[in-house]
Amino acid sequence: MSIPILTLLVLIPLVGAGATACLAKSNQSLVKNVALASSLFTALLTVWMLIKFPSGSAGFEFVSKHAWVSEWGISWHLGVDGISLFLVVLTGILFPLVIIGIDPHHDHKQYMVWLLVLEAGVMGSFLSLDLFLFFVFFEIVLVPMYFLIGNWGYDQRVYAATKFFIYTMAGSAFMLVGIVATAFLARRDIGHLSFDLIDIAEKSNFAIGTGRWLFVGFVIAFAVKVPLFPLHTWLPDAHTQAPTGGSVILAGVLLKMGTYGMLRFGVYLFPEAAVWAKPVLLTLALIGIIYGAIAATMQKDLKRLVAYSSVAHLGFIVLGTFALTNQAITGGVMQMVNHGVSTGALFLMVGMIYERRHTRVIAELKGIQAVAPIFAGFFTLVMLSSIGLPGLNGFVGEFLVLIGSFATARWWVVAATTGVILAALYLLWAYQRVFHGEPDEANKSFAEITKREAMLLSVFVAAIVFTGVYPKPMLNRIEPSVKSLLEHVETHSNYKQPEIKAGE
Amino acid sequence: MFVGPAIDWMKISPLLVMLGGVLLLILGGSLTPQWKKGAYGIVGALTSAVSAACVALLWRDFGNGESTTLIANALTFNKFSLFATFTIAIGTLLSVLITSDFLVREGEDGPEVFALMLSAAIGGMVMVQANDLIVLFLGLETLSLAFYLLTASSRSRSASGEAGLKYFVLGGFASAFFLYGVALVFGATGSTNIDKIASSLSANTVLGGSSTMLLAGIALLLVGFGFKVSLVPFHTWTADVYQGAPTPITALMGSVGKSAAFVALIRVFTGALGSRADDWGPVVVVLAVLTLLVGSVLAVVQTDVKRMLVFSSISHAGFILVGLVAASRVSSVDSKLGSTNALGYLFIYSILVVGTFAVVTIVAGKGDAETSLDAFKGLGKAHPVLAMSMTVLLLAQAGVPLTSGFVAKFGIIRAAVSTENYALAVVAMLAAVIAAFLYLRIMVSMWLSDEPTSHEVLAAFSTRLAIGVCVVATLVIGFFPSQLLQFLVEVR
Repeated sequence: MSIPILTLLVLIPLVGAGATACLAKSNQSLVKNVALASSLFTALLTVWMLIKFPSGSAGFEFVSKHAWVSEWGISWHLGVDGISLFLVVLTGILFPLVIIGIDPHHDHKQYMVWLLVLEAGVMGSFLSLDLFLFFVFFEIVLVPMYFLIGNWGYDQRVYAATKFFIYTMAGSAFMLVGIVATAFLARRDIGHLSFDLIDIAEKSNFAIGTGRWLFVGFVIAFAVKVPLFPLHTWLPDAHTQAPTGGSVILAGVLLKMGTYGMLRFGVYLFPEAAVWAKPVLLTLALIGIIYGAIAATMQKDLKRLVAYSSVAHLGFIVLGTFALTNQAITGGVMQMVNHGVSTGALFLMVGMIYERRHTRVIAELKGIQAVAPIFAGFFTLVMLSSIGLPGLNGFVGEFLVLIGSFATARWWVVAATTGVILAALYLLWAYQRVFHGEPDEANKSFAEITKREAMLLSVFVAAIVFTGVYPKPMLNRIEPSVKSLLEHVETHSNYKQPEIKAGE
Repeated sequence: MFVGPAIDWMKISPLLVMLGGVLLLILGGSLTPQWKKGAYGIVGALTSAVSAACVALLWRDFGNGESTTLIANALTFNKFSLFATFTIAIGTLLSVLITSDFLVREGEDGPEVFALMLSAAIGGMVMVQANDLIVLFLGLETLSLAFYLLTASSRSRSASGEAGLKYFVLGGFASAFFLYGVALVFGATGSTNIDKIASSLSANTVLGGSSTMLLAGIALLLVGFGFKVSLVPFHTWTADVYQGAPTPITALMGSVGKSAAFVALIRVFTGALGSRADDWGPVVVVLAVLTLLVGSVLAVVQTDVKRMLVFSSISHAGFILVGLVAASRVSSVDSKLGSTNALGYLFIYSILVVGTFAVVTIVAGKGDAETSLDAFKGLGKAHPVLAMSMTVLLLAQAGVPLTSGFVAKFGIIRAAVSTENYALAVVAMLAAVIAAFLYLRIMVSMWLSDEPTSHEVLAAFSTRLAIGVCVVATLVIGFFPSQLLQFLVEVR
């Protein structure tokens, strides 16, 4: 491997941020173009990586490893496998779309700089194979996001930004102690101090009680990020107050750092503890699904509604993760990407509505379908994908999660299925109130979708339809890694995946 | 005939250079007419820089792990004490740089303040090198007396005089506690020499009345030190004194004062009293938890930036104390990690605190009065570079990765975890989260409020230089901690 492509994925946005920071503030188009160029370049690299990624490979590809702080056994260790592959691609593609599609209302330069720093942080989190490195990226993401919400958000932005920062940092506090303890306890088995994920996961052998404690430390941090009930309360505030671009990124990729972390650092490092904690986490996920859906139904604010729907959707992903079967986890990983696409698009469109009407209150919107039919069409399609209509991407992921979990978590699945129905309820009801009927005075002048917006949304729609109709290429790349993860779980605990025979 | 002890002059050169600077400033300053603007500051800064350079040379020539004593066992000389001495020299250098501009701005330029700052540095250096409790006390008093005067040195502000008096009275009490502690420990062990106390305690079982005497002595020493490094519940003086003192002096107290007292605390408790760690260890755990939580929580509710930073410094003290707790597990192979990482924390924090207070000095404006949170409003718009520097320093204090503050915190957590103090490590991290809220509040004020600052904000060259050095150091250590960690390994 000659080109360190993963290192470039982290560095290019950073270089772009540096370059953007050096430009003159007044030259807005140049600022935007430089930021766009660096994020587009990153996106192209991720696509290239996707093409080059060998289908059927279960291990880490494109690995680059260099010593960073050798005194502490910390290395710059990046790698990508089926679980992180599509999240990286999603990150790569989402950022340029956000930069093209949504202009901030003021301070373009600062906004672009923070956005690019955020991209580097998210990329780093998905690619890190070193506990310390992962923590650094996981934590550094807070800073740009804090400023994005705080500087370009809506009325309650400072409150929301601070809440977001403090909540996530409190979670990370446990993880930091967990990481250090993991590395130190693993020292005995490895022979030297190392924060390397693969070293620790493959060589260490924690006592049952210890492993469980460490697992809890990690999972608290991820549960805040996901967010899992009852640590979710920062999310509706952060989403509602964030600028549209921030919401898209937050829903699209930031939350996935939590679910991804649970798989990569929770289940992989502490298989025994993951099996042990399964009932609790499944229950919390289930509560999230039902509670998020009910709360979404009750919302008066369209953006808050989408935010709560995220809580419910992420609940499905966690359900799939801890059902611990090939299908369920594959579905979960897929759902991470799907949710990023659908909910990202939903936030985008809520942002468009706000741009036009300066309100997001459902009761003040009416009859938009009549004045902006194309916009309504896009909204319908994305909404249906979020509900999980067959033929669209949401269905594939959700279905896999449910069917895969049925063998190991039957009653949870039975209850969770009501979440699917509730999703249809709150989204369709919201659609009915916003889009149907005769538009009143205020909504009569609702402008039809512009070309730029339509092109932007088309990318999302293409992804939604393609994955929904032909998910095979995606599944082929995710599944091997999931399989090998579960084999790891089975060898390191007394858990056995139930065999499902055809025709049973 | 009295024969003086042999003195290795080279090895005490950092002290001698500082002393030379003091003499030059006091004698030269009083015998000649007023120097040019800032000239006194340049002498002070050069002195500190040369002193730091001397330490660096000594460091290079001295072997790892070796240890020797100077002047008839009065001072100890090894890489630990050298590193601490370096920390003090750097803290003094940076503080002198901001004081210089500050005094010119306030129209109070003169040699006295710099002479006192260098004296404080001498006191601090003696404290960190002391191998004898009496010598330690001498250093402590030199440091404290200089601080009392420096606190009261702003003649135009009545708060400064008040703070000086408060500090003097309470500091006197603390010194008395400390001295009483020294006397009792002497009574129990028969020596004031740190090495001899240690060997006496490990060789003999202290029984009966002597045991009570020793325990009482340890307790009193802890109270004395607890006051100097402002541990909860001995912290109540800190807020008023730090706030009342001229801001650059607050920076000096936060860096030099805290480092000196902490290193001495670690030296005495792990060096002399290490074998009684089972007695004082649990007390220190309680103090650490209290200091961490009370410091962070009180920091959050303040509305004055200077006071916020004071309480945050208390919370930081709690963090450093966690290092001492780790060091108290003498049976663990990793106990050395505790003291070295505490030292690393002190070094990093010294730079951070001076940088932060340098920004506060600038924003406070003429009269050193505008330190409320409102004074920082709109700083991001009006002075983006200054606000960005402050942001980096604050994020570092909060312990965000890729800044030196994270390296410091990580080192302490590492020490705590490797000595199996998991609960304490979690408490420390949670306290850091609470404290993060306060740094966010300052950042909100700077960046996220639209009202512009009501007064002019001016920064002269040397303050800018100091802030620049602090920010660069913060980031360099944050991105590439290897070199610093290598030094800390050598300290062991």
